[in-house]
Amino acid sequence: MDSYFSILFTEVYKILFLLVPVLVSVAMIVWLDRRVWAFVQKRRGPNVVGPFGLFQSLADALKYVFKEIIIPASSNKLVFVLAPVVTMTLALISWAVIPFGEDFVLADINVGILYLFAVSSLGVYGIIMGGWASNSKYPFLGAIRSAAQMVSYEVSIGVIIINVLLCVGSLNLSDIVMAQQNLWFVIPLFPMFVIFFISALAETNRPPFDLPEAEAELVAGYQTEYSGMMYAMFWLGEYANILLMCAMGAVLFLGGWLSPIDIFPFNVIPGPFWLIFKILFLFILFALVKATVPRYRYDQLMKLGWKIFLPFSLFYVVLTSSFLLYFDLLPGK
Amino acid sequence: MIAHSVFFYIFSLIAIISAVMVTVSKNTVHSVFFLILDFFSISCLFIMIGAEFLGMIMLIVYVGAVAVLFLFVVMMLNVAEQKGQWFSSRWDGGTHIPIGLLVSLIIFFELIIVIGGWKYKPDLLNSLSINISNEVTNTRSIGNVLYTDYILLFQISGMILLVAMIGAIVLTYRERAGVKRQSYVKQISRERDEGVDLVEAEKNKGVKIDA
Repeated sequence: MDSYFSILFTEVYKILFLLVPVLVSVAMIVWLDRRVWAFVQKRRGPNVVGPFGLFQSLADALKYVFKEIIIPASSNKLVFVLAPVVTMTLALISWAVIPFGEDFVLADINVGILYLFAVSSLGVYGIIMGGWASNSKYPFLGAIRSAAQMVSYEVSIGVIIINVLLCVGSLNLSDIVMAQQNLWFVIPLFPMFVIFFISALAETNRPPFDLPEAEAELVAGYQTEYSGMMYAMFWLGEYANILLMCAMGAVLFLGGWLSPIDIFPFNVIPGPFWLIFKILFLFILFALVKATVPRYRYDQLMKLGWKIFLPFSLFYVVLTSSFLLYFDLLPGK
Repeated sequence: MIAHSVFFYIFSLIAIISAVMVTVSKNTVHSVFFLILDFFSISCLFIMIGAEFLGMIMLIVYVGAVAVLFLFVVMMLNVAEQKGQWFSSRWDGGTHIPIGLLVSLIIFFELIIVIGGWKYKPDLLNSLSINISNEVTNTRSIGNVLYTDYILLFQISGMILLVAMIGAIVLTYRERAGVKRQSYVKQISRERDEGVDLVEAEKNKGVKIDA
């Protein structure tokens, strides 16, 4: 029993050392998102609070904390309160399996990629619960849209993951990174990387696929009725999910913690920094897309997911597997 | 070991309570949420016995599908109307009771067969023709038997699912007249000549457009 508690305490300590940086970087990434967005539109963006406006997110968070939490009288109160908690929790627990370096991972489980996929498929329930429990038209429509959208794009992300797994032969995320030592998967699987990126935009409800919260049609979608800290939790969960999708893209396609070339100035930089660079690179792409592309119409979104991405990625599975089989490159023999 | 059994009892308690709540709760949407909780705790149990692949697939497939079920519940049943109707005064003559009894009897006998076989022949697992090794991960061992020894069953179940899917689409598909669909090919391949038409408009008559 004693050893059990000591294990528990070391794990809690490790979890804190993972979660606190993730939460801080979520706050910073919101600032970065707004800055990039502003620069594309020739504005300044948040630049007042702190150096370069870096503390803007902290100021915002402080404001949210002191605002009143309003729970609508006709809402389903328990589900209403649970929804942001679910969103936030699910966004944070997925970080447990992301490998930041060799043996630098909280939970090195055999089915890491399936775990990520399962948690992201649970993520839709936070939104559905919030939309349904608000008992109001706009949140409900937003939730329905979001459910349909996330289910659709999850299918294509699943097929893309199969492509990567065919080249690796393991579901463990560290194995996936180590399989890219010679060649990052972004080169042989470039079309899959593009589709993964677009599907990740749709999966995290980012523009141009932010139809669940399209302000012109649905006020703010599923989070219309939320206020104060509960709104902030939705918001944090959303950005943590975006960051997670970037991390997933970096691990699956951009070689995770590996340096681009294994020569002197690059390979002395420790692995976690490379992973952070790659996540930031993908995130800046996310932010640029937000600033440049207009919002899709809903039927176009569905058409893109089911009629273009899904058949194409299925075709690519066949292509990858036949290529590997023909040249006898199949792993795990 | 104590911690292990404590977690086992917590998860199985949650699983059983939420399974009961699925049938008992008066609100259909709450039933769906309890179903999710049930699946979630069962997948935790799977992971606890070391079947991490099955646990994750359980989450991905079942919980992912429940989202669609949720949409069905919300769209097909009017949730606001049926508030508190399930066990209330509106007795429909009990037409559903025979079917319910039949289903529960079948499940009961299946359980008897499973548990009886288990009691009768406890080394059933070892007598299988396929040797189960503890060396490889269970993802790999499932893959080894699923796509070799059981490929026929795998293919047949896939076919059944495909037929069910096509059947559902055929049942719900309605062709509606007058629906305008967007065709990217048509839009892109449009030329200037067919898009713009120069018309000499007559005075006080205008131009008649027929689409």
